[in-house]
Parts: sequence; structure tokens; C-alpha cells
Amino acid sequence: MNRSNRHLLSMTDLDRADIEQLLTLTESFAEVGERPIPKVPALRGKTIAWLFYEDSTRTRLSFETAAKRLSADTMNFSVSSSAANKGESLRDTVETIAAMGIDGIVVRHRSAGAPHRITDWVDASVINAGDGWHQHPTQALLDLYTAREHLGDLDGKHIAIVGDVKHSRVARSNALGFAEMGAKVTLVGPRTLMPPSLVGWPVEVTHDLDEVIDDLDICYLLRMQLERQKDAVVPTLREFHTEYGLGVARADRLGGDALIMHPGPMNRGVEIAGSVADRPNAVVTEQVTNGVAIRMAVLFLLLGSGLDVVDDQRAVA
Amino acid sequence: MSSDTLAIRGGTVVDATGSRRADVIVGEDGRILAVEPGLDGDRSLDASGCIVAPGFVDLHTHLRQPGHEEAETIESAARGAALGGFTAVVAMPNTTPTMDSAAVVREVQELAVGVACEVFPSAAITVDRRGEALAPMAELARLGVRIFTDDGSGVQNERLMRTALEYAGSLSHLSDGQPLVLAQHCEVDSLAKGGVMHEGEWSSLLGMPGQPAEAEELMVMRDIALARLTGTRLHFQHLSTAGSVAMVRAAKQAGLPVSAEATPHHFTLDHSSCAGFDSAFKVHPPLRTVEDVAAVKAGLADGTIDAIATDHAPHTSQDKDRPFGEAPPGMIGLETAFTLANSELGLPIEQVIGLLSWRPAAIAGIHGRHGGPIVEGAAANLTVVDPDAEWSVSGAAMASRSTNTPFEGRKLRGRVRHTILDGEPVVIDNLAVR
Repeated sequence: MNRSNRHLLSMTDLDRADIEQLLTLTESFAEVGERPIPKVPALRGKTIAWLFYEDSTRTRLSFETAAKRLSADTMNFSVSSSAANKGESLRDTVETIAAMGIDGIVVRHRSAGAPHRITDWVDASVINAGDGWHQHPTQALLDLYTAREHLGDLDGKHIAIVGDVKHSRVARSNALGFAEMGAKVTLVGPRTLMPPSLVGWPVEVTHDLDEVIDDLDICYLLRMQLERQKDAVVPTLREFHTEYGLGVARADRLGGDALIMHPGPMNRGVEIAGSVADRPNAVVTEQVTNGVAIRMAVLFLLLGSGLDVVDDQRAVA
Repeated sequence: MSSDTLAIRGGTVVDATGSRRADVIVGEDGRILAVEPGLDGDRSLDASGCIVAPGFVDLHTHLRQPGHEEAETIESAARGAALGGFTAVVAMPNTTPTMDSAAVVREVQELAVGVACEVFPSAAITVDRRGEALAPMAELARLGVRIFTDDGSGVQNERLMRTALEYAGSLSHLSDGQPLVLAQHCEVDSLAKGGVMHEGEWSSLLGMPGQPAEAEELMVMRDIALARLTGTRLHFQHLSTAGSVAMVRAAKQAGLPVSAEATPHHFTLDHSSCAGFDSAFKVHPPLRTVEDVAAVKAGLADGTIDAIATDHAPHTSQDKDRPFGEAPPGMIGLETAFTLANSELGLPIEQVIGLLSWRPAAIAGIHGRHGGPIVEGAAANLTVVDPDAEWSVSGAAMASRSTNTPFEGRKLRGRVRHTILDGEPVVIDNLAVR
């Protein structure tokens, strides 16, 4: 991983071997989650701070569960009741938290690159839990893990990432992650919801979901921010659903083994029809379950004894 | 007051008339007494291996006073200017309060008395730079204001911009017959809004909202049309795109009364610099593509762009220590302008000095005191530069109260050695003495 393996900021930090290693480690931690007492002492004595500048329920709970299963101590910096609301700068805030003695900071921030900046200011490991439109690497890792559980090797598999790619950190992380694992990645959406340039992206693009739907192994739907309609980048959410939503007819065209994925929270009736979200090949809740194991693996790798013990199953046992 | 003469010895004198080996003697009245080889004075400055040039003129400096004294003061900015070889700077009006009234312009003029360079206030085109109503341009012109700009944003309304051009065009009787200059920060708000860097491959990868080149180019295009319509002098600030440079080139060929400046950061840095999310690289207009950088350099080389201007924009570290998207745009540039031009443009030294000295002086209408030929009787506003001196950039070592340079740690070639303001040294051997 990037910067001497101390931080996880972006999927660009991880090459295929790194991802493989993380997914393998995740299998061990998934097993821990199935035990009667799902807890190991791997991070006992380590302290992790949550620094969430943006509302998040599932990601924060997922990280928190992961940390507790690893026996780490955690502290929560609650932005709404804290110094940040009194005008304290991000730098002062993280330096204050670091001064208490912490090993890791898990940060979510509305601005792209905020976790990168934090690495310049403190010694702790920084884990990006979502920064602006930029990256959400643990989401991509849990999606890769989930997809691989169902489809096996992802080499040559075809994933469409559909909807609001432009404003989506999930799309950026997944496009890189799935491509790195050998999958064919197609971005689907109108120009208004695509990044202005795709130079250097390992992807194909289409504005027509029906053109690719029959060929997909994974149809990955992005959450449509409801305020995009106000920005006038789509005329109406109804029209968006008609053109780019996974309705019943399109879902029927997916192959029998094809997965329907969504990072949550879903807007039923917008990017995905309500009944489609409940189909057996929609693996949205599995994604959530796997999120805990992935985050255990990430926390363990960055804060535990280090990469060199990854293969040492005793650390997990 | 000194009652003696100052000799600048051993250098090569470069001005708009050419270059020659000569010593320069300055009298106690602050004027040049003689320019020829083999002279000496009561005091002397060594200029061996150096160029003796007319002082540099910065058309675009944010001195931050009044209102933002923690980031910079007129005194600290002037010291930085002198260290950068500038003997004159044009103060941008986006202070707090805005330089849109006689009171604020007078305050700036008073604060600038006795500082290390001469400060020429510009003033806002519109009241509080809001783009709604004209500032009292005649009253401000009577105080000596020659350049009007809403810098920080462009005048969005076409009708108001036309009115401003027509009104300014009728006030040359207040400015010694020279036309007043309207200077535009070209940026169409509705296209640029929310954008924190150049819109392109890097903004797409980094997930940051971008400003397309067209946000600048549409206003350049519009203002060229308005210059044609009104016949009034118009100056384009900090051109940053290939399209802008091409349009200004064509407008000049068509004989329109337009001029343009470019900043050192726009001819040296491109948008890939933003990849590390370091807010030192956040600036408006944003750092553009490699092709745009090449076009700006070509524009400087062929004269389409008349002047190098710094857009020196100090910000405190607490303001810059934010995520890229939330930090204020701007970078300091007074002390690095010459060395970057010298190192990066690949132009003859005479041309580099022209871009920093007599050409901006003519645009600012101050060529009687700054940037003129180094001859007997001329005001001794001079700078002595060593084009081969190597140094590495350190924001903390600069005179500015702020350290937001994007060139931190860069090793560059060429350095200002001495600066002389009205006959008195203000910088001697790279050190400010005022």
C-alpha cells in the first residue's frame, strides 16, 4: 500500500497482489464473524479514532464493528457536537486527536483529498472512508470480495457501473479496483453524470444501458443523489429511472448468475426498482456483511503487526 | 539622507534600447547621473557578472491591506517585491473594504509611503466588486488610479462592462492624456462556479469539480467584442489557456486596443500538480494542461502576452491548511517571478526583462518613473540580477507574511541581487535593507 504501507487513501494505492492479499485475509476474518464470540485480540492496545465530517451510518458502524472484533480501542470524534462546528480547522482537529495518542484515523470528509492532507499533519495511519467524489477504497474492496465469492476469478468478467459516476467516489474506486482485478468495466450514464474526461481510466463508456445489459456479470447501480435533479443534470428522476434504472424488464435480461450490486442506501424506484432490489441475485445485504470483514482486514494490515504476518494465520486465530 | 553618489559597477546594462557594458552612477536626488564604463562613486554596489535593468513592474499584486494583515501588509509585500526586483507594483483592489472609493485608495497610498517599492493602487470597476454599479472612476482617476479591475472575479454583465469601457474611455483628460485601462479577470461565473481546479483528466480522476477552459475563453471572446465596440483599452489578466492566447493574438492583429499578462505559475505548472491535493497549487484561474502551458510560453515569446505579472496572493497557513476544495485560491509569487522567467521561458535575458519591466510599466502608465531607459536624468529605479545564480525556493525565507509558494524546494537559476528605489538601495546582496 501507498506511503510505506501505512495508509489506505485510494484504490490507486493497491495493485492486484495487494488486493489479492487483502481478500485472502478477509476470508479469515469473515470466519471470525461467524464464531459464537466474534472477537480476536489482534489489535488489542491499539486506538483508532473516527473522524466523520459527513453523515454516515453504515460505513461508520461497519468500521466500528470491525475495530471491536479486533479488540481495538476506539474513540469517536463527533463533528456535529465538536470543535469543528466552532470553527476549528481540520489540521488543528487532527493534531489534537493525534496528541491523545492514536494509531489510526478513519476519516470521511466532503472534500476530495482531505485524508491525503491529514497524512501530512499526523503520524497515525489514515484510512479513507470516503472523500468527496474521489475515493472510497474499502467499499471497492468489499464489492470485489462479494463479487468474487459469487463469480470466482474476476478476470474477464463484465461489470457495468451505472448512473451518477461523476459525483461518485464509489464509482471511482470500483472502476479502478475491478479493472485491476482483470474485469471489463463499462460506465453507463448520460454525459451529464460522467466525469468530464476519462483519459487514463481503464474503462469503456456507453450512454445506453440496454446495449450492455445482456452481457453483464455484474450490474452495479450507483446511488442517485436526489439533488441532481435540482442541478438540472437530469430532467426528472422518472426519466432517469426509465433510461438508466434497473427496472424489472432490464433485470430479466440479466443472465441467471449475474449479480445486482448497490453500495446503499438505495433509492428504490430511482436507480433500482423496489422488487428488483429484493431478487435473490441482488447481493446488497451481503455487501454490508462483507464490509465488516474487509475493514477488519484493512485495519489489521495497517495497524497490526504489518504485511509480513499476513500469511501467519496465528495472528488471526 | 545621503549626500553622496552611488555607483553600480561591473555589470551589463540592459534596457529597451539594448545592452552594453557600463557602470551606473546615481546622484543624491535619486536620478541617474551617468552611464558609462569606468565610473565610481562614494558608495558602490558590485554588479559583476550581473545585469543592471530598469526596476520590474508587477501589474498584479495582492497586498492584502487593509483587511487581511495576518496574510500580508503593504510593508511586507513591498519588501518581497523589492527582493524580487520590483520597484513598482499595482495593488489589486480586493481588500476589505474594497478599493472602490477615494477613502480606501487614499489609505493604501498613505500606508505605502516609505515602503520598499512604489505602490500604485488599482481600483474596482464596480462597487464592492459586486458587478452591479460602477465605482466612482473619475474621482479615483483624479487620485492617480490608472487601472480598474474587479480582479478575483470578472464583470459578468455585458451591458455593465460596455458601460464601464465607454465611461473609462472618456476620462483620459484625468490621466495626463493616457487612456485608463480596464483589466479583466476572465471567468464566466455560471460555468466556473464550484470548480476548484481545471476541468479535465486530473479533475476527473481526483474527483474534484473543475472549471473548463471555456469559462475563461468565453469572457476573453466577449471582451474582445466589447473592446471593438467601445475602442477602450482593455487588459486581460492572468491568461491561462491556449484558446485565450490565440484570441488575444488575433485581436492584436486586428488592431484592437488590448493587452495581456501571464503569471509565472501558468507558464511553469500544469494541472497534474494538483494530484497530491496540496492546496498550495490551488489558484484561479487554475493550473491548466501541458498544452496550455506551452501556449502561454509561446504567447510570451511572440509578444501576444505583453507582461509577466505575479498575481501574488498571500494566504495564511491556517487558511491554506484545508482540504484542496475548501482552501482559498492563490499563491505568492513576487520573489520567484524573475527566477522562473529566467529558468523556464528559454528567452533571451533582454526579452525576459522587457516582460517584467518596460512593457508592464507602459500598461500601467508609469513608464516615466519605472521601466524606462537607463540614461542620465532618469529616475534611478533599478534592479541588478544575476542570471546564473542558483538558489532553492523556501517560503519561510521570503519576506511575505505568508508562505504559500507552490515552488517550495525547487532549485532555480537566476536571482535578484540588488534593488534600487529612487536612488536608494532597498535590497543589497539578496537582503532587504528597508
